[in-house]
Amino acid sequence: MAERSFAKEVQKLKQGEGETFTGEGILGITKALLENGVGYVGGYQGSPISHLMDVLADAQEILGELGVHFEASASEATATAMLAASVHYPIRGAVTYKSVVGTNVASDALSNLASGGVTGGALIIVGEDYGEGSSIMQERTYAFAMKSQVWMLDPRPNLPSIVKAVGDGFELSEVSNTPVMLQVGIRSCHVHGHFTARDNKRPEMTVSDALENPKRKLDRIVLPPATYLHEEEKLTKRLPAAQNYILEKGINERFGNASGKVGVILQGGTYNTVIRALNRLGIADLYGDTDLDMLVLNCVYPLVDSQIMEFCEGKDAVLIVEEGQPNYIEQQIAHMLYKAGKTVRLEGKGMLPMGGEYTGQVMVDGIGAFLAEHAPAMLPVQKTATNEEPVAIPDLSKTLPARPPGFCTGCPERPIFAATKLVEEELGPHHISSDIGCHLFSIMPPFDLGATTMGYGLGPASAAAFHNEDKKGRRSISFVGDGGFWHNGLTSSIGNAVFNKSDNVIIIVDNFYSSATGGQDILSSRAVNKTKQTQNSIVDAVKGMGVKWVRQIDRTYDVTKMRDTLKEALTTEEEGPKVIVASSECMLNKQRRVKPQLAKAAKEGQRVVRPRFGVDEDVCTGDHACMRLSGCPSLSVKDTGDPLRDDPVAAIDQTCVGCGNCGEVADAAVLCPSFYQAEIVTNPSATEKRRATRARKIISWLQSRRDAKRVAFA
Amino acid sequence: MNMQAKPVIARRSPGPDGEKVITLAALAVGGQGGGVLTNWIVDVAEANGYNAQSTSVAGVAQRTGATIYYIEMCRDTGRQPVFALSPAIGDVDILMASELMEGGRAIMRGFVTPGRTTLIASTHRIPAVSEKIIPGDGRANGAEVIEAMGIAADHVVAFDMETVAKQAGSVISSSLLGSLAGSGALPFPRESYEEVIRKSGRGVEASLRSFGEAYDIASGLKPAPEAEAEPVKPIPVLHVPAKLKRKWAALETRLGALPVEVQEMAGLGLKKVVDYQDIDYGAQYLDMLDKVVELDAAPFEMSVEAAKYIARALCYDDILRVADIKTRASRMERVKDEVVVKDDQILMLTEYFHPRFEEFTTTLPKRIGKWLQNRKGLEAWYAKRFDKGRRIRTDSLRGFLMLWTVSSLRPMRRRLLRHESEMAHVDAWFAKVLEVAKTDRALAGELLANYRLIKGYSDTHVRGLSKFARVMGALDMLKGREDAADWMRRLRTAALDDVEGEKLDGALATVRSFAG
Repeated sequence: MAERSFAKEVQKLKQGEGETFTGEGILGITKALLENGVGYVGGYQGSPISHLMDVLADAQEILGELGVHFEASASEATATAMLAASVHYPIRGAVTYKSVVGTNVASDALSNLASGGVTGGALIIVGEDYGEGSSIMQERTYAFAMKSQVWMLDPRPNLPSIVKAVGDGFELSEVSNTPVMLQVGIRSCHVHGHFTARDNKRPEMTVSDALENPKRKLDRIVLPPATYLHEEEKLTKRLPAAQNYILEKGINERFGNASGKVGVILQGGTYNTVIRALNRLGIADLYGDTDLDMLVLNCVYPLVDSQIMEFCEGKDAVLIVEEGQPNYIEQQIAHMLYKAGKTVRLEGKGMLPMGGEYTGQVMVDGIGAFLAEHAPAMLPVQKTATNEEPVAIPDLSKTLPARPPGFCTGCPERPIFAATKLVEEELGPHHISSDIGCHLFSIMPPFDLGATTMGYGLGPASAAAFHNEDKKGRRSISFVGDGGFWHNGLTSSIGNAVFNKSDNVIIIVDNFYSSATGGQDILSSRAVNKTKQTQNSIVDAVKGMGVKWVRQIDRTYDVTKMRDTLKEALTTEEEGPKVIVASSECMLNKQRRVKPQLAKAAKEGQRVVRPRFGVDEDVCTGDHACMRLSGCPSLSVKDTGDPLRDDPVAAIDQTCVGCGNCGEVADAAVLCPSFYQAEIVTNPSATEKRRATRARKIISWLQSRRDAKRVAFA
Repeated sequence: MNMQAKPVIARRSPGPDGEKVITLAALAVGGQGGGVLTNWIVDVAEANGYNAQSTSVAGVAQRTGATIYYIEMCRDTGRQPVFALSPAIGDVDILMASELMEGGRAIMRGFVTPGRTTLIASTHRIPAVSEKIIPGDGRANGAEVIEAMGIAADHVVAFDMETVAKQAGSVISSSLLGSLAGSGALPFPRESYEEVIRKSGRGVEASLRSFGEAYDIASGLKPAPEAEAEPVKPIPVLHVPAKLKRKWAALETRLGALPVEVQEMAGLGLKKVVDYQDIDYGAQYLDMLDKVVELDAAPFEMSVEAAKYIARALCYDDILRVADIKTRASRMERVKDEVVVKDDQILMLTEYFHPRFEEFTTTLPKRIGKWLQNRKGLEAWYAKRFDKGRRIRTDSLRGFLMLWTVSSLRPMRRRLLRHESEMAHVDAWFAKVLEVAKTDRALAGELLANYRLIKGYSDTHVRGLSKFARVMGALDMLKGREDAADWMRRLRTAALDDVEGEKLDGALATVRSFAG
């Protein structure tokens, strides 16, 4: 993490016994890892768990003192494979990634890890990016827990519960020799709260200790016949051990009146929303006290049959609150009840929607419907009858413009797509494969480029089928970011294209960071990083893979060059994949890095140049062609106040960072001469000042001479 | 109408001591400082003995998308309330929107409930990409949203908080906080907010000014800043050279003789044309306008359109014009003002030009220009040698003189190739206008307004010309129909609405279907 400092957060990690920790959920988890004697931590950044990685990356000092090894894994598969250190050694290890995408990548290692089982506690913190505001496909991680038989915790979304789940997870893992997933949603990760800290604990065995005393047990290695033994062990030893632990330690919580005729079984993560719904229905107070019998599953997998059966005993109806689909929990419980010949009515999906986030209103509607049908007496009268007249609110859906995320002000990826658009104007539309990363915003207006996205580092791989029989015919263009390139793209995309003699064009968008996840350093980052080896060349790696046609563009803002290079790649007769590495620093991170430096230099009296762009509104004709090739937040429209003009003109606001895209695009696309670049020089040299003064004098003499000869208006 | 499907019945109930959970959602555009605002509100609540919890969906926040921040708070009674993690439909007490359309979005998403929600919204606009890329004016209708606010919310505090913050030298988070405090929606004293701002440590004075101003407006102590109603500024005549005084006076007399309704627009048009070329050009403008006025009658709507669009047609955008504008003293002042240059700083100014063979030849006298245009080999040679972007430093003598020289070709403009083609185009258009004006003034007005389609430079200009030609081409189909003017307007709107002209194709097909 080169350009942001997490020093403040790191200080919080130092808190000791009895101190009140204040911060976000994900930072609470980070602290809890240290309190529970974790020996090593790995992971791959991504919302909502990036913060854990970022803070630990800055916490080398504390980690060193405690003997904890931290590393930023190359991928989620790497991270999960790292947990192999807990197979033979009693060392607690934790890794983290975004799910479900990260778990997809990790699943090979996950299956292997789960088969042999672990000795030391192995915790996988999965940031479940599901529901509103999610940036990925809507699937559940739960299926992975089931298929690999690893346990899954889903604690109530408050800091004390989340923090407790970290300790529980390690213990559960150790008593059942099974890796444990700790699932936290986006909002749990970002929720601000407090908990009482404990002292950090040094791991009982460090990874260095393990290296000095190597161990191996043949029956833990995933190879027949041990694999058959592992399956048997999962069913006969590990599962019962886990279920015992869950019962004994009271991992799942019971609230409300146990003798109630109806009850709700819910995932811990939905607890707050359920309580709010109950409160709004008049059945719970704002502290969660309620008469409704509730079983809160802080451990959602495995379920403990006896606990479920006991809860359902004597009830008329039970509602399962399970977010996402398929409804695995409901299915398991239905199965248990059916096998036991129970007649209790099981409700869940149906009363609640099959898919989608269970937001406040969804929960009110679902639970309200459940109670209205099965326990109408519980619902206060005023909740079912009302005199309130519904108010008709105007429908604004046609008025409101969508506001999807897009490239930041000054983003170096914008000119790449502007150039692509210009090439398409000339050569016609192409099949374009996109990848995961900021560059995926190309699919939005104004660029509208890209047809599919198949996974991280898989942009060029997803163009693999497009082999044109006509050598002179159209080629596909695919994009991959530097993050995706190192994550998986080098082999799965580039290597594959070389090996299969693809003729297609690949653009590697290199912005020096893993930007979409918060600006972490990666192999090709240009910054010097004390704990990482950076500055590894993408071009060299691509050549090493066997690509012959490689072009490096050092300044993506050079739209003309970008356009000409892409055109050449699409038309050259050379065989094999054509790779363009388009490099310029992520503007968000560049500003973080450069701004303080420039401010300091200016203060010290050094010459500092600040660039900015502007538009001559009298020259601008208001056709907005520039915006159709930009979408920059700082380039917008404004009224001129001139009654002779109908349309708003282009205008650039104070947030402009002077990246140069506006001018370059106007030049490459031959748009118009409205743009100007202003460079404001602080602390100019004496010669510079003299020259400027002289020029100004002559210029203003010329101007007044001209004005004297014509009718001049204000 | 977006009728609420069911009467709202699910209201929160208070705790045993009467304590209530207060819910507050803030909708912001990424990069507006929603995180800072959230932290301030939490700190204010905690300072007043409240439990508070905030959540957000960050990550996309830095990248211009719409983001929601959510806070719940409750008077501390020693027990921890169970706070929800996201705003629920019909369950938001205070909704803050840092931009007008985001306020509208909150209403559409059901976060603003009649009889319950205090809506605090800044009425300034940050146009979305979809609004900016329309060739015409694609901006959404803000009045509709403001009207909906009044219907949907229990209490509305809406004014331009961006301007209030800017004027105080601060950013919108501070004026939003001031509006929240001033709205009285939270039971916290003003001082506690100010204390939190003071403790935050950065830009404190400006933040406090912005906070205070917004507080006064929100609490009704001061009126909201008026949106500048863009009055038509009479453009003063700064200077008329002695030699031209008589001629100018004659033009002014002619202007005064026009119908009153037309005078304002004609005054603006005349100044634009004279400023563009010279006094004779102004006379030519008035000659054209007179012809339209002759065919018109009160309320002279057609003539007002003529005053506007003839001026625009005469003032086509050529290199001379651009060079003239870019070398004016007033322009230099405006740039300095816009990019904020202090006295001890120096401004370097680079202009982006890309003159193609076409611009080069049309800026030559008619015959030479035409002769050159027919030399294909020469065009290729030019393309190879000269067809590239030029960066001209207008703060340096060399660069300034280059543009100055081009701008001084102005007296020769009438003899240049570009002028010939432009005037041919204008004449053809104007002849049609006059012909139609005899029978259908409304339609003639629309034909005049069609000149709005021609704008931009190079390819954009060519596209504009083609759209113009296609819209004008429908004239023969529409002439004589009662709804001709209406359809002509619709065709123009369709042409302005999209780049590729698909909407225009559709509209033309419709016209053909009933006129064919």
